Amino acid sequence: MQVTSSLREPLITGGKTLKDVTHDVSRHVEGKPTLSWILALLTSVGVLGVGAIALAATLWEGIGMWGLNKTIGWAWDITNFVWWVGIGHAGTLISAVLLLFRQKWRMAINRAAEAMTIFAVICAALFPVIHMGRPWVGAYWALPLPNTFGSLWVNFNSPLLWDVFAISTYFSVSLVFWYIGLIPDFATIRDRATGLRKTIYGALSFGWDGAAKTWFRYEAVALILAGLATPLVLSVHTIVSFDFATSVIPGWHTTIFPPYFVAGAIFSGFAMVLTLMIITRKVFKLEDYITIGHIELMNIVIIITGSIVGIAYITEFFIAWYSGVAAEQYAFINRAFGPYWWAYWAMMTCNVISPQLFWFKKIRTSIVLTFILSIVVNIGMWFERFVIIVTSLHRDFLPSSWAMFSPTWADMGVYLFTFGLFFTLFLLFAKFFPVINMAEVKSIVKSSGEKVKK
Amino acid sequence: MKEIKKTYWKGVEELTNDPAFIKNADREFPELPTQEENTPSRRDFLKLMGFSLAAASLAACEAPVRKAIPYVNKPVDIDPSIPNYYASTYNIGGDYASIVVKTREGRPIKIDGNGISPTTQGGTSAQVEASVLSLYDKQRLSGPMANGESKDWDAFDRELAGKFASASSITIVTNTILSPTTEKAIAKFADKYANVNVVTYDPSSNYGILKAADVSYGVKGIPTYHFDKAKTIVSFGADFLGTWISPIEFSKDYAQTRKISKERPEMSRHYQFESNLSLTGANADYRTPIKASKSGLAVLALYNALAKKAGASTFTAPAVEVEHLDKAANELWANRGASLVVSGSNDPNVQVVVNAINDLLGNNGKTVDFSRPSYFRKGDDAAMNKFVVDLKAGRIDAVVFHECNPAYDFAKGEEIADNISKAKLTVSTNDTLNETASLVQYVAPTHHFLESWNDYSPRLGEYSLAQPTISPLFNTRQAPESFLVWAGESMTYYELLQEEWKAHFAKQDVIADFQTFWDSSLHNGVVEEAFTPVSLSELNGLEQAASAVAKAYKSDNAGTELIVYKKIGVGTGVMANNPWLQEMSDPISKATWDNYLTVSQKWANENGLRMVEGATRKAKLTVGDKSLTVPVLVQPGQAEGTVGLAIGYGRTKAGRVANGVGVNAYELLTTGGDFVNFDITDGVTVELTSDTYSIAQTQTHQTYMGREFVVQESTLGAYKEDAFAGRYRPEIYKDGKFVKPSKVSLWKGHKYSQHHWGLAIDMNSCVGCGACTIACQVENNVAVVGKQEVLNRREMAWIRVDRYYSSDADVKDLKGLEIASENPEVTFQPMMCQHCNNAPCETVCPVAATTHSSEGLNQMTYNRCIGTRYCANNCPYKVRRFNWFKYHDNKDFSVVNVAQNDDMGKMVLNPDVTVRARGVIEKCSMCVQRIQAGKLTAKREGRPVRDGEINVACAVACPTDALVFGDMNDAESRVSKLLKIQENELEAIKEVGEERAYHVLEEINVSPNVWYFTKIRNKDKSEA
Repeated sequence: MQVTSSLREPLITGGKTLKDVTHDVSRHVEGKPTLSWILALLTSVGVLGVGAIALAATLWEGIGMWGLNKTIGWAWDITNFVWWVGIGHAGTLISAVLLLFRQKWRMAINRAAEAMTIFAVICAALFPVIHMGRPWVGAYWALPLPNTFGSLWVNFNSPLLWDVFAISTYFSVSLVFWYIGLIPDFATIRDRATGLRKTIYGALSFGWDGAAKTWFRYEAVALILAGLATPLVLSVHTIVSFDFATSVIPGWHTTIFPPYFVAGAIFSGFAMVLTLMIITRKVFKLEDYITIGHIELMNIVIIITGSIVGIAYITEFFIAWYSGVAAEQYAFINRAFGPYWWAYWAMMTCNVISPQLFWFKKIRTSIVLTFILSIVVNIGMWFERFVIIVTSLHRDFLPSSWAMFSPTWADMGVYLFTFGLFFTLFLLFAKFFPVINMAEVKSIVKSSGEKVKK
Repeated sequence: MKEIKKTYWKGVEELTNDPAFIKNADREFPELPTQEENTPSRRDFLKLMGFSLAAASLAACEAPVRKAIPYVNKPVDIDPSIPNYYASTYNIGGDYASIVVKTREGRPIKIDGNGISPTTQGGTSAQVEASVLSLYDKQRLSGPMANGESKDWDAFDRELAGKFASASSITIVTNTILSPTTEKAIAKFADKYANVNVVTYDPSSNYGILKAADVSYGVKGIPTYHFDKAKTIVSFGADFLGTWISPIEFSKDYAQTRKISKERPEMSRHYQFESNLSLTGANADYRTPIKASKSGLAVLALYNALAKKAGASTFTAPAVEVEHLDKAANELWANRGASLVVSGSNDPNVQVVVNAINDLLGNNGKTVDFSRPSYFRKGDDAAMNKFVVDLKAGRIDAVVFHECNPAYDFAKGEEIADNISKAKLTVSTNDTLNETASLVQYVAPTHHFLESWNDYSPRLGEYSLAQPTISPLFNTRQAPESFLVWAGESMTYYELLQEEWKAHFAKQDVIADFQTFWDSSLHNGVVEEAFTPVSLSELNGLEQAASAVAKAYKSDNAGTELIVYKKIGVGTGVMANNPWLQEMSDPISKATWDNYLTVSQKWANENGLRMVEGATRKAKLTVGDKSLTVPVLVQPGQAEGTVGLAIGYGRTKAGRVANGVGVNAYELLTTGGDFVNFDITDGVTVELTSDTYSIAQTQTHQTYMGREFVVQESTLGAYKEDAFAGRYRPEIYKDGKFVKPSKVSLWKGHKYSQHHWGLAIDMNSCVGCGACTIACQVENNVAVVGKQEVLNRREMAWIRVDRYYSSDADVKDLKGLEIASENPEVTFQPMMCQHCNNAPCETVCPVAATTHSSEGLNQMTYNRCIGTRYCANNCPYKVRRFNWFKYHDNKDFSVVNVAQNDDMGKMVLNPDVTVRARGVIEKCSMCVQRIQAGKLTAKREGRPVRDGEINVACAVACPTDALVFGDMNDAESRVSKLLKIQENELEAIKEVGEERAYHVLEEINVSPNVWYFTKIRNKDKSEA
């Protein structure tokens, strides 16, 4: 039984009926692709193609195509990796954690957020593979597979190996969770379709029959998966942060990293969800489903996580000073005032100052400003990872090895490749999959749609 | 009839009806498998199928065919995989080293120093180490050439003999010939033809010293210096540790005075007065930058100061204010007979005054010995100048350029090149078609020294032999042999050599027959002979010299001065086509692949130039009527108002590697006053242009940022009071008390039950010469990556020598600490894999490609590496190197990485060390191949490994014995004794009693197996 306050704003506006929901969501799947969608897809594929040249050059010639050097062994590759993984946090958080907390507003956005998660994790997972000097062996040697190399085993001490487990677990759970949610909606589309479309969506819906028992099982599975996915939201970025926290490099060797990374991940994930949602609701005319209320709530999450990240930045400085370790102190002073000061201050501005603007109701309920700030936050979060990785490495213990990093066209190209991949996948998803969880949204239409009540 | 049926048993088994017996009773050969067992099973079928499929698909992939042809008749002394060692001699121009050549399967692959040699004492230099690659240089000529066409030797010699016969006079132009037998061969040539005249010059001339020795004492030769006997050393611009005359010998001697211990806390004090910051200046206790125009006056002022003390007459000269000069004079005087004054000036007058100073100090016969001349430099600039004049005037009829390249490396090279055609007959014996050889009619290419028989006499009474370590690779002929042929002699050069050595045989009475004497001489490489010291005249010529100096030098020259110097790697440019030397990081500037104008920081500030990551601007350098555009390098320590430029670059016909690298500084040298002047004090202007340029430096951060956990140093005075002086000893609070970082660990710690390899590095005796870096490159097949990749900060060096300048800034002023002092103190710190016992790289590798050995080594398994570079990031010493590209068999790197791309160059590779593939990490292995070989030898001989038997390439090469390698589990080993290892147990973490020994970054407790000894400067305590 859902008790709804009559004072509470309805989650779905516009007095939608159940039929409206089905129709509004399914029509994009069933209709012909729109011109704007085709243009967007062509652009994405174009970016993907351009990026593929850089990727091919890297794979063919070697990692030397990038701007890395003897001192800076990771830069854009791992920055991009952590950035994409971070973005991939929001989906699961929204669908799993908010499901457990019975936050109904999530229902309109969880589908797209989860899709985004999965595509972001795919983009992220590319980097650990392509950043290897020998990906053709590394791609499977990094797995604990039985082998005939003389019982060669992986090194369980290595945080990189933990990454392999964390990312693959997160990816598989997210994928299953997302797909299970899609099944009733695929069945809805199947029921409305004819011909080949019916066969395809029929296969995708795994023979969904809409029986009470099926629904019961569906909800049980969703709850179990939500329970499984919740710790993963925390674990993935915790483990990613171990790549740095367990090392000896000043600026990396920091115990604050796990919570700080998780907060940062949610921060950037929500920002990315906002970016995509604002476009999607506009293009697919879903303003009644994804309302200002959604945007506002998500902006509040951004204020909170942005502030956590800000406190973490300050804490790091304090601890560096308090530690009394010269190299550690220098690493942080160098971040703020060294040759990469601009990256640090870009990060501070984008991540700490800009989200504070959301304290103003006017700003956090403005679509345009939210859109701009969501992009600013993601730029800031990219710089955060760049600052952590590059400015810590470029001046570590021995001044003789201090160096600078500058990206090459291949660095940028590979990053573009993942953008192309991400948007291509997202556009295909938006066209062929129901972007809003019809089944779930219908449950809140009943309790909050005024039209039905009357 | 009763049936008799006897039963015979084959064995007890049959009688007892053993079940195993019954089972096989009907089979003739019970031990063979039964029929059924032999029937192919399904599994066998699958196995076979699988194998065939795999084999077929493998065969389908075209495996490259590598032909390994076994010996039909194996040479007696060549065993595959067993190295042979031959004593020989390195000699290029006057540069000399007695060496031991390691050959594998008949190929020379490594050059080590010959410890028996009293001159080089087992040390080598970067050039000596690198010279083995020049042997396999494809730029060498493959046979004689006449007028640009290849000829066979017979036709060539016939044609040439006719020409020689018709020449009215023949001039032989050569660099210093250190070989008495070569001189003999030339003498035979001179006997045959009319008017043969030999003109000797040296690209890095020391004519001033030669001339001064003649003027002062009537001696023909450079004196023998004994830096080991000097307590006070004063050098005016002589880079005796780097490039001056015999740097290996001087480094060996000098290092003896720089090794200190608590038992003997004494070291020499070294003053350097110079314009460029030289390697020697970098090691000086007191260094004063002075303008070259003043240097003569400074020498004279020192003479006057000492003369005053001695009561001798002084000379009037313009007064000069030179910091530390009075202090130097006082200490020189206090250490009469145990002090040494040297000067790098090529001005004979200055050298005469230097001779007088040493004479006043009573150093003659003690630290400087004219009665035993050395022969490293015989170049006569005056004669060479005359030759150029004669050539211009068309007075030279025939000229033979004997293994020299004056068109490039003589001050008037351009004039030689322009007028060479005026000679009727021009011949060269050079082994490449260099700037000179390409202009002559006949080229009779000589052997590489590793293909040659020869003998050398570095100084009176000392001889060394060179023997071929490989058959000639090309159709070349050793130059002295050519002279013999042209002289119409029927004897070979080898026969002449033996004949000459019969004279040496006669002078000794230890060995009775010549063959034994010859064999033992060849085996040892060096022979010392009793000699009669040269008698000296009384010191002459001082008055004239002093007044000439007082006149020629100025105390107030306002103009810019150019000091032309020689770099340790490329040197005079003879070996410029050697990529190892081109990519060697200069010990001072840390630059590779270039020469550049060194300017002072003050000049750079005034001109608004700041170097960031090697990015700089070009300047227009004008000397007289010549001008060059040359990149500028900001050099702390450069004397104000001076600039420096290295010779050896700007080659146009050296070969693919060196052509077009840098600019030719020889063009700027002047020859006024008959000597080649390397200090150009007149008519020099430097104008900064707006053209940008990047100099490829391996180190771009100059200072150590006051980091005591990296560099620990003190002064001798402080050390005498407290052996821990300068030590930074971090402590960590644990359980109520402060303990050493090694007492706090997550790890249980390794136990090394057999060996525990360690390396002790004395920063006090390391002079920073970089011989170790090239030795390592040769030994471990380290790739050369070329200028662009060095600019990208991707050089592959396994061992580097970090060079740090001091800064004037306060330790709290982090920005200020980045700026080096105007005249900095310099510290050298060789840095290689520290083989940590708690190695940060080992824990982070996801595939366990880098692991710890049971002997304390951190090992890298290239085959397993997937190239995540996590280990390199987590290495606090940044010694891990990644193969960013495929450096071998890759046309993009074929020009620079000759040793791994060119079929000839590959012959230099050490077959015991893998050439690394693209995408894997590599690093110092502590020459694990040598450790394994040494252990195997010991095992085969059934004895423990002896200390010193296994040694790493860097330590072997080191001319100052700054690196000591050994087994820290062996209480008697040198390294254990040096470190004073207490309670010598099998624990990984050794307690070390030596006060000076420290770990770099001790506080992070990675527990390296490499120890550093504090740098102690012999300064007064107050001047720390």
